[in-house]
Parts: sequence; structure tokens; C-alpha cells
Amino acid sequence: MIEGAALWLFIAVLGIGTFGLRFVFLGLVGDRALPAWLLRHLRYTAVAVLPGLVAPLVVWPAATGGALDAPRMAAALVTLTLGYAFRNVILAIAAGAVTLFAGLALLG
Amino acid sequence: MPRQSINSPYWQGVRDGAPFVIVIVPFSMLFGVVGTEAGLRVAEVMGFSVLVIAGAAQFTALQLLSDNAPTLIALVSALAVNLRMAMYSASLTPYLGAAPLWQRAFAAYFMVDQSYACAVIRFEQEPHWSVSERMSYYFGVITPICPLWYVFTLVGALVGTAVPPGLPLDFALPITFLAMIGPMLRTPAHATAALVSVSLALVFAWLPYNLGLLVAGIAAMMTGAQVEVMLERRKGARQP
Repeated sequence: MIEGAALWLFIAVLGIGTFGLRFVFLGLVGDRALPAWLLRHLRYTAVAVLPGLVAPLVVWPAATGGALDAPRMAAALVTLTLGYAFRNVILAIAAGAVTLFAGLALLG
Repeated sequence: MPRQSINSPYWQGVRDGAPFVIVIVPFSMLFGVVGTEAGLRVAEVMGFSVLVIAGAAQFTALQLLSDNAPTLIALVSALAVNLRMAMYSASLTPYLGAAPLWQRAFAAYFMVDQSYACAVIRFEQEPHWSVSERMSYYFGVITPICPLWYVFTLVGALVGTAVPPGLPLDFALPITFLAMIGPMLRTPAHATAALVSVSLALVFAWLPYNLGLLVAGIAAMMTGAQVEVMLERRKGARQP
């Protein structure tokens, strides 16, 4: 593994690159008007990225070595359903956590 | 200066960000533990968490470096994990683009999945908010999240054990995100986009550098936009 100055260079370049990705539109576009078609796509960014980010974690949980896990799947479904039905994030998290603990206690 | 009421955008942000403490604390501690176990000095572990401040990318970089992968590969892989940040950046631009440059620079530095997701939900709900109210909210969300990221990286690096070992904290991240996705599914266009995102993320999970998520994300954005156009056309046809 690299160390010392080489490691610090790596950390710095990764930090600058990551900042660049975060800054590229917010910083450089600023308040210039974006075309309507692009705005229409951007309205769906959150709902296009976050479900895809979570899906593999639910279907192939690292904690079970990637095997489908009933308590985790049940907790995911309860959380999503309650979040959708009641639009209440805290309630959904709490219900998901209870489901997960109950599921693990019963099946684990 | 008037005292900020607890219903100000800043404090609303603090409240909305607070549940993510259950994700940030174990995740950052784990990075501190794994980092020191991989042979990093405490300062180097902190360097990652302060300069990069992106959990998944930090773990990716650390994993590849300790496997002695070529440095350039480790760098490209970690940056690829963060490519979604460019999408978040574009998505926040219509809301925050008019803020002063230094504020946008700080907002960019603190852009993480949680601050982005909270902000974009609330900005849609509160269209009357001024740019400065939106910025206050955004920094409110960051307040309980990012400082803890630094602190618990340090705790993990110094203590050397992830606690508590018995809890299924691996699932805290999926649960908090799923709880936010529910309220996001406001229209058929949003729901269809989410469905495409999940399906393609699973189908393309084999792609290297986390590119499956990027493919899924772009395809899902296009789907959402297309469904929106179709629904508008249908509505327009019904109301001449």
C-alpha cells in the first residue's frame, strides 16, 4: 500500500476531484437559465438515483454475504410503504427498524 | 439580530437531518477502524474524511489501495463512485444557483446523499422559499451530519473497534434512504422513474466502477421526463 507523501497526494487528488464533481454545475452554471428539457430531467434526479443506490443493498445485503434476507427485505418493504402512505420519514424509519429487529429476533 | 425561531428553515433542516445520525455514526466509525487496520496513521484517516467527505468513495479507495491495486485505478474507481454527485449538483442548481459563490462552494463541499435528498424534497414542497432560506435549510441539514462524520471517524481511528457490534447497523443506510424515497413518489412519472432505477441498478450491478448506478440513474431520469411529457400531452388533449 502507498504511504507518506504519495498517500497524501492520493487523498488530495481524490478530494479535489470529488469537490469538482460536486461543484461543476452548482458552481459553474450558477443562476444561468437551464433549458426546459434539462430541467425536466433534473426533476427526477433524486428518484432516479436513490432507489438504484439502495436496491443492491436490500437484495444482496453485505451482512449476510449477499444472500437474500427475509428480515431485511421485510424491513425495506415496511419502510417504503409507510414512507409512501404517510409521507413521514421518521415514522417510516422507526417502523422499518422495529420490523428489522423483530424479524431478526424471530428468524435470526 | 432576531432570534431564529425553531420553525426557521435552518432548524427545519436540522430536524430533517437528525435521523441520519444513526447512519453517519457507525459508518464513519467503521471507516476509522478499517483505515487504521489497513495501516493508515490517524492523520491520514482524517485526511480522507475531511478532504473527500464521501463514505462509499473512501471505502472504495481504501479497499483498492490495501489490495495494492494501481493507484490510478483506485483513484478512478473512487471518483466513479462519486459521479452521482455531479447529477446532484445539476439538480440543485435551479434552487441554489443564485446564491453567492462562496456559499455554493461550501454547499458543494458538503454535498452528500443525505443533504441532497433532504434539500430536493423540501425545495419542491416550499416553492416560495428565497435562495437564502434554501441555503439556510441546506446548512441546517448538514449541521447534525457532517461534523459527526469527522468526529466519529476520529473515534473509530483512536478506539479501533466499531460499536456496537451486535446491532444490524448495516441496514441503517437502506432504511433511511427508503424512508425518503416513499414521499418522493408523488406522480406516476416519479414512480416509473424509481422502478426503472431499481431494475437497471440490479441488472447492471456487474458493471465495474459503480457504473451500473450511473446507467440506471440516467435511464430513470429520461424515463421520468418522458412519462411527464406523455401525461401532459394526454391532459392537454382532454382539455382543448
